[in-house]
Amino acid sequence: MSVAEKISIRELRNRVAGDLRRKLARESVLADEESLRPYECDGLSAYRRLPLAVTLPDTVEQVQDVVRYCHGNGIPIVARGAGTGLSGGALPIEEGVILSLAKFNKILDVDTGNRTALVQPGVRNLAISEAVSHLGLYYAPDPSSQIACTIGGNVAENAGGLHCLKYGLTVHNILKLKIVTVDGELVTIGLDSLDSPGYDFLALMTGSEGLLGIIVEVTVRLLPKPECAKVIMASFDDVEKAGNAVSSIIAAGILPGGLEMMDNPAIRATEDFVHAGYDTDAAAILLCEVDGTPEEVEDEIERVRRVLEASGCIKMQVAADDDQRQLFWSGRKAAFPAVGRISPDYYCIDGTIPRKALGDVLNRIEDLSSEYGLRVVNVFHAGDGNLHPLILYDGNIEGELERTEQLAGKILEMCIEVGGTITGEHGVGMEKIDHMCVQFNTAELTQFHAVKEAFDPGRLLNPDKAVPTLHRCAEFGAMHVHKGQLKFPEIERF
Amino acid sequence: MSVDRSRELIDAVTASIESGKPLSIRGGNTKAFFGGPQTGEPLEMSGHSGMVSYEPTELVITAQSGTLVSEIESTLKEQRQMLPFEPPCFGERATVGGAIGCGLSGPRRPYAGSVRDFVLGTRIVNGRGEDLRFGGQVMKNVAGYDVSRLMVGSMGTLGLLLEVSLKVLPAPRSECTLMLEADRDGALEFQQRWSQRPSPISGTCHSGGLLHVRLSGSETGVASAKSKIGGDTLDDGDAFWTRLREHDHEFFKGAGRLWRLSIPQASPDPDLHGDSLMEWNGALRWVISDSPADRIRTAAAEAGGHATLFRNGGAETEAFHPLSGSLLKLHKKVKRAFDPKGIFNPGRMYRGL
Ligand SMILES: Cc1cc2nc3c(=O)[nH]c(=O)nc-3n(C[C@H](O)[C@H](O)[C@H](O)COP(=O)(O)OP(=O)(O)OC[C@H]3O[C@@H](n4cnc5c(N)ncnc54)[C@H](O)[C@@H]3O)c2cc1C
Repeated sequence: MSVAEKISIRELRNRVAGDLRRKLARESVLADEESLRPYECDGLSAYRRLPLAVTLPDTVEQVQDVVRYCHGNGIPIVARGAGTGLSGGALPIEEGVILSLAKFNKILDVDTGNRTALVQPGVRNLAISEAVSHLGLYYAPDPSSQIACTIGGNVAENAGGLHCLKYGLTVHNILKLKIVTVDGELVTIGLDSLDSPGYDFLALMTGSEGLLGIIVEVTVRLLPKPECAKVIMASFDDVEKAGNAVSSIIAAGILPGGLEMMDNPAIRATEDFVHAGYDTDAAAILLCEVDGTPEEVEDEIERVRRVLEASGCIKMQVAADDDQRQLFWSGRKAAFPAVGRISPDYYCIDGTIPRKALGDVLNRIEDLSSEYGLRVVNVFHAGDGNLHPLILYDGNIEGELERTEQLAGKILEMCIEVGGTITGEHGVGMEKIDHMCVQFNTAELTQFHAVKEAFDPGRLLNPDKAVPTLHRCAEFGAMHVHKGQLKFPEIERF
Repeated sequence: MSVDRSRELIDAVTASIESGKPLSIRGGNTKAFFGGPQTGEPLEMSGHSGMVSYEPTELVITAQSGTLVSEIESTLKEQRQMLPFEPPCFGERATVGGAIGCGLSGPRRPYAGSVRDFVLGTRIVNGRGEDLRFGGQVMKNVAGYDVSRLMVGSMGTLGLLLEVSLKVLPAPRSECTLMLEADRDGALEFQQRWSQRPSPISGTCHSGGLLHVRLSGSETGVASAKSKIGGDTLDDGDAFWTRLREHDHEFFKGAGRLWRLSIPQASPDPDLHGDSLMEWNGALRWVISDSPADRIRTAAAEAGGHATLFRNGGAETEAFHPLSGSLLKLHKKVKRAFDPKGIFNPGRMYRGL
């Protein structure tokens, strides 16, 4: 940024903050550098930018006021929940404001008869299940970040969790949204019933990464807690065998509540961290949970056991009681922080592939890992074919982040090649925007832009994320061919 | 038989864009009664049929849009799998494209999910004549807007569906159907009681003083629930649920306007002066009534849901529940985003859309 640009940003900041302070309480508008710092990135901390200002409205009317003001003045708006996103979706825009939904943290109503809850967007995912636990109910999608991430952010990313093979993603577990459109209008999408008339805007909004509207209210479906759940931990001496066991479980007509896999480096890292009792000699372990009524669970566990045996599993352990079950899961849920302890930095990838390609893709990741000289730790939502390879790197070593991004790019392209996708649940955001050019052709991207145009013709809501411009793809493609490496030309690096 | 008519169908769309003559997309034409009138030049999808891929261990089937629902279901059955949303066919010729376009789901819907819940990917032709793919064949995919699910229930007004990928599930190992005597309040109370805890219930139907309950799951799970619920066991349960799904149940033979009220499950029965059948744990109420449309729609809206004039409507009342002004505005913009010339099924969903 040139000196002149820096000055103009400062002037703009003062003017915008002044204007916004006339609409919101003084303390609800942050504009000095120190207060803006915490908002400079989301969970993808490799990308950082300071916004013009951060607004923290606490009523829907105030959200509408902020949005109308920005709309009237051509100022970009980036909505923000808890900032746990892993693709730079909540990354600020220098000439834009952050609209934080943090103060919208109330559960407005719980309807036990219809098993729904009406919640504000800033309510934490886990807080919903906690609030209805005494009623024997819970909210099913359980991202590993559930103690921190917000339901608004979950809707915006279509977040998944450990149990979505059986219980679905966010899109399957919400009924109704209230959104504020870019011109400040409050629109209700969906109803309290299981379906609603007209186009399925509920699906369109889910996973739209803050590009189509600001979510200000969410009605979620609640489920009765399973009466009984049991988990089996199974060890394999070979990663491919573990991958194939996943397919065999499905082929046997079993639909586990959760089916997760970790490779040896992941097992070691988490075992050191949480002492879950994992088999640190195994090449891979599977965690397979079945739930339902006690009778069903007995039946299913027996069936799973037989399939695992036939798949060449070398060791098997059914959690003895609920405490041990929680312990088994705690390791899986802590995989990211555990890896954080063994490496200065890590980069989390989120591709999805057909289950049958698991073994092959794992082997190829291993090859790439040695080729790039970077360690890779693998944890997956195996039942869904959703991979989370974690690349370990040190951001302080010159060039390592760049190499990491190249390796990540290779893995994502491999996901597309085997018939999968570049993101299963973390979203495109800023991070995977160039890979969208690989996954979609010009006409498809143009159709996405047309959808954006229908909701936000001035491109003010989280602009330049999630869907790349054709121009950007042309540049990316050219670079791709000529230099054989990925670059993010519009992003500053730290 | 598998025939790929994609090229020819894309050409038909291009020709329509050039001539400005709108199209009326037709699968098996089994749901002609549903929604608004068919006005454009008929574009027959039949023959554009066949499985593109099916791998049971992936739990995904991809089929061309003109494939018969019955063909897909029998293919799945051979592998002990199923379409969990049990799409109503209303005739042997029903195609999967029509099932997606109408977005209707059958008795298992509240327990397993709706048709849109199981859509993973689509290939469509938009109103610019472009051949586009969205979503895919994997369980989780958040790359780009969820255009595939947007197609579901759009009544063919956003584009021509060429292919669809659906998530499928293992068929339950065991099923049984119970019959209990109950009045409407008793049925509502039963449903409330049983939906507060996990259970293998996978279908309910209350009509004429009888409550039918279907159980699905493992043998022991079903047997245990059966002994707790009681009632009589129906010998041919499957046939009952098929009749219900296909509207061959006695109730649907009644004369008069058939309304479909989708409302929160615990809602008391709206008083609409007519015969009624309740499904989906209470979340779906079919009503045959000649009460004025406004009155029925108001009752559904007050309960938090909506009402569709399903059959025997006549031309003057729109089939679907009216949208709020701001929502209608967004619908028009989204329609334009996909179909700028308005060639796909104009008026089939709402007038002017
Ligand atoms: C350790 C760790 C584990 C994780 N595990 C999982 C996992 O298992 N599954 C999974 O799916 N994700 C996971 N994530 C990613 C992340 O937690 C999810 O994407 C989550 O949904 C983000 O919620 P948030 O409130 O933090 O949103 P933010 O990061 O604040 O925002 C995410 C996006 O949503 C938009 N947004 C936020 N709120 C609104 C709103 N009210 N209206 C409109 N747009 C909005 C933002 O603009 C941004 O584009 C993990 C992250 C971490 C750090």
